[in-house]
Amino acid sequence: MSTPFDNIKTVFRNAEVKPQRQDLYHLSIPKEQLVALVTHLKEVEGYLHLVQLTAVDWIEKNQFQLTYILNNPTKRLDVMVKTFIDRDNPTMDTIHHMWEQAATYQRELREMFGIDFPGSPRVDKPFILEGWDNIPPYRRDFDTKKYAEETYFPRPGRETNDPKEYMKKKLYPDEI
Amino acid sequence: MSKSDLEKRTVMSPDGEPIEINPLQDYFCDAHPKVHEPVLPIFEKFLNWARSESLWVLGFGTGCGAIEMRPLMTPRFDAYRFGIQWRPTPRQSSVFIISGYLSVKTLKRVIRSYEQMQNPKFVIALGSCTINGGMYWDSYNTIKRLDHYLPVDVYIAGCMPRPEAILAGFEKLKELIRQGKGEGANLYAQNFDWYKANQKKIIKDWDMPDYNW
Amino acid sequence: MQFELKHITYGLLTLFIVLNYGLILQGIMPKIAARVGRRYGIRWYQPYIDIIKNHAKRSKITHGIMYYLGPVFRLSGGIGLLMFMPVIFGSPYFGNFSFAGDLTLVLYFQFFGVLGMALGAGESGHPHSAIGVSRGLSQVTALELPLTLGVISIAMQYGTLRIADIVAAQQGGIMNWTIFTNPFAGAALMLSFLGSMGRAPFDVVLAPQEIPIGPPTEYHSGFLGILQLNRAIFPVAKLILFMNLLYGGATSWPELFIKTFFIYLWSVFVGVAFPRFRVDQSVRWFLGVPLLFGIIAILLI
Repeated sequence: MSTPFDNIKTVFRNAEVKPQRQDLYHLSIPKEQLVALVTHLKEVEGYLHLVQLTAVDWIEKNQFQLTYILNNPTKRLDVMVKTFIDRDNPTMDTIHHMWEQAATYQRELREMFGIDFPGSPRVDKPFILEGWDNIPPYRRDFDTKKYAEETYFPRPGRETNDPKEYMKKKLYPDEI
Repeated sequence: MSKSDLEKRTVMSPDGEPIEINPLQDYFCDAHPKVHEPVLPIFEKFLNWARSESLWVLGFGTGCGAIEMRPLMTPRFDAYRFGIQWRPTPRQSSVFIISGYLSVKTLKRVIRSYEQMQNPKFVIALGSCTINGGMYWDSYNTIKRLDHYLPVDVYIAGCMPRPEAILAGFEKLKELIRQGKGEGANLYAQNFDWYKANQKKIIKDWDMPDYNW
Repeated sequence: MQFELKHITYGLLTLFIVLNYGLILQGIMPKIAARVGRRYGIRWYQPYIDIIKNHAKRSKITHGIMYYLGPVFRLSGGIGLLMFMPVIFGSPYFGNFSFAGDLTLVLYFQFFGVLGMALGAGESGHPHSAIGVSRGLSQVTALELPLTLGVISIAMQYGTLRIADIVAAQQGGIMNWTIFTNPFAGAALMLSFLGSMGRAPFDVVLAPQEIPIGPPTEYHSGFLGILQLNRAIFPVAKLILFMNLLYGGATSWPELFIKTFFIYLWSVFVGVAFPRFRVDQSVRWFLGVPLLFGIIAILLI
């Protein structure tokens, strides 16, 4: 099957192409070549629009996955460029020189995951959490429930139900 | 204004003379808030009636509930007929509506705005988020109980409460004011240290004076 | 004019009547505008409650002496405008302190209030108050141009600067009113009147909901109460001025109420029918057609 990314392999031999939908492809690339690949996609292939830059915490593999979603407005194609970085030393090259709004995404990732983007504008300024002194809250080893109960004065008397069990009890009381 | 602008420092005047400035003291007042006792009861009753019939709301939408306040101005609900108006500045308004979830960053701005309002002032809290956290019950950044940080007069439950419920909440607030129970500002001044300790517990980079009017 | 105690008494009585009339107008006119939008609108006595409430606020703070003087200047601008005008024509009592050159003074007082606000707001320390004040001043300056040209045209027409004489010349039938004898001056005055009433389309300068940087941002409690008193007196004083200049004045209070009500209604009518101007647009508008009318009025006399 031919994909729009067949010729990418000739330039970036480490890239892996995986079609997800007709208009969405996944590209995986090592960390070092990511900026080069994204630059190639923007300047040569016409992926002009940065839709999103986000991260996933794979705590079992001790890795962060960074996902850059790009959009090609003329071909109506989306591409997700994925890369994995080390969780103990989370540093990534910045792409704010290509899209200015990437600086805001990177600032958010710096705050929420602790991923550093050296050279990105205002990356060390607080974004939402002013004066946060714990581990970054989107990391999976941060226990957000415990933190909330310790910090924010829970109101006594609040009950929490498991939605599945609760609805089972309510709708089919005989089957239990 | 960034945080470093508020630090005590020495600057050069245009004449070339070094002057010491301390913005927190020069621009803000750190005086303890005063308790303003009600005047003569018969007089106070009349004034409370006037206060209850002229509720000026601070236009500050903190969360998703702000979208439920807009319909109140439309022909369908028309809150103006109850003497409710929206004012742009905390100085002139007497009712603060906390509309929904309140993150720590917003709470800081809310406290500043609340302290700039003039006594007597009232707080209406919308939605279950302000009561016990609501759907943000395990969030790392959303407060759970508003009454630990500000004195709340009326809670309106719901997620979000519809405009009818908000109008009912306004009626309840009017009732409380007429009964002389709308003393939130004095409560805040009396228990100032407790409120401040709670606020400082979660606002970690406290870069404003303790009491900023 | 001989000074007597009864002048003060009748002056205060005029002030009292005008204040109440202004407050009731302030309640009724938004109600009319609300009914156009199919709302029920505020209660007609709502301005009274607001003033009582603002004076009943327990705490107030100050930013220095000019901050106190801002509302005072503004209120004295309103009262001054009212006191130096013959309110009821032919009445020995409600002529108040009008004198031979009162038209000039009245024109000055139109501007006085805004200047006072500028001083007070500057003292309040609000970083954006200068923007708000300069916006207000630029609009007032623009609308003063057609207003002044129209007034000069009327003064030349009747050969006097005394309002009482202008009113006297218009007696004896509707066709003697200035709006019919000097229609271009009348048009220039009525168009600039729209701007000075501070209703849409010219209310961006004092629409604090849209731009929270207007001059009254920092004013609260009793200060705001004084500003509200002025907002009741000042429009009525202006209405009386326009009634005197264009519509033959009034010989009794009921006539005054009817005439001023309809003059006010004109600005409300325009306000509910047209969208807002930005400040630069309104300045350009005032320097267009109204200014042209003013120049024609001067040339035709």
